[in-house]
Amino acid sequence: MVTIQFVPYTEIEGLTGLGRIRKLLNIAKTNKIVLLQGRLKREEEVELIKTTMEEIDKKFKGIELAVINPSQSAKDGMQKLKYDFINMLLGETQGLTIIGPSNIVKSIKKDPNKIELLTKEARKRK
Amino acid sequence: MIKKIKNFFKSLFVGFGPKQNFRLGLYGPPNSGKTTLANKICIDWLGQEMGKTSPIPHETREVNVKEQVTIKSKDGKELLFNLVDTPGIATKIDYEDFMKTGMPATKAKKRAREATKGVIESIKWLDEVDTVLVVLDGTQDPYSQVNVTIIGNLAARNIPVMIVANKADLKKCKIKKVQSAFPQYEVIGISAKYGKNVDKLYEKLFELARK
Repeated sequence: MVTIQFVPYTEIEGLTGLGRIRKLLNIAKTNKIVLLQGRLKREEEVELIKTTMEEIDKKFKGIELAVINPSQSAKDGMQKLKYDFINMLLGETQGLTIIGPSNIVKSIKKDPNKIELLTKEARKRK
Repeated sequence: MIKKIKNFFKSLFVGFGPKQNFRLGLYGPPNSGKTTLANKICIDWLGQEMGKTSPIPHETREVNVKEQVTIKSKDGKELLFNLVDTPGIATKIDYEDFMKTGMPATKAKKRAREATKGVIESIKWLDEVDTVLVVLDGTQDPYSQVNVTIIGNLAARNIPVMIVANKADLKKCKIKKVQSAFPQYEVIGISAKYGKNVDKLYEKLFELARK
């Protein structure tokens, strides 16, 4: 069984960068797939990878990470401007971030508006 | 911001020519061919290899710097830089994956430990490089979040970037797919192993160094 935990942006909004990373990583380390509303800042994303590496041990082997960013797939400049403006006003609430512990999530494919999540259990059933 | 101001004043003194004596970083996911490209550059211009390569991921687990690499353009211009080969950035490292290649458990665990440190070191070096070639395996999915995160962070630091779609000698290599994943960047398809299009890459480096 795979558990998905939804984290609304309001839950991480008031936290520091490190606090956000800790919160998301702590959920992933309990073998749950995190579905975060919105996205982390770019520098927080790379910090998440760094912290993940620092915490790899016998049990925790890392994460699979995917972000859908509507601003990136905007069809024209106006649409991109609109998304960037909303982000400026409301924070990085647009889009979706998936963080899965790598012992459960084999891989995440992004193409670029569709996300395919391949779990290890699903592979075994095949 | 400070870097932007620095670059502005630098450009006033240097004029519009390519910058010199800068740090050229090779970034990318594991096994994309960063060290193979570093070796190709070093063999072509210094007559010696830079590091060991292997089909097993995370062969490069420390940042390696080759200083004073000078390349020449067809019209005789020179470009001097320090080449920084970084360990591949990954979000997961499992020693059992190394064991699947026949590696003994002790060695695999040691390799995994060193590989995690290598990723951390690569990330720290993002603040130390001046210009970057993001080396991607052209046969793999370019939309991987690691690629997006690396490129996004380089953009946030205003570091000039060119994307190298490596392994162009393989049929599965899809340079157009890499280009469509990162439309705002210049993408060049090469084969670092066989030297295909590497001359073109050298010429493009002069343009990148002007940015």
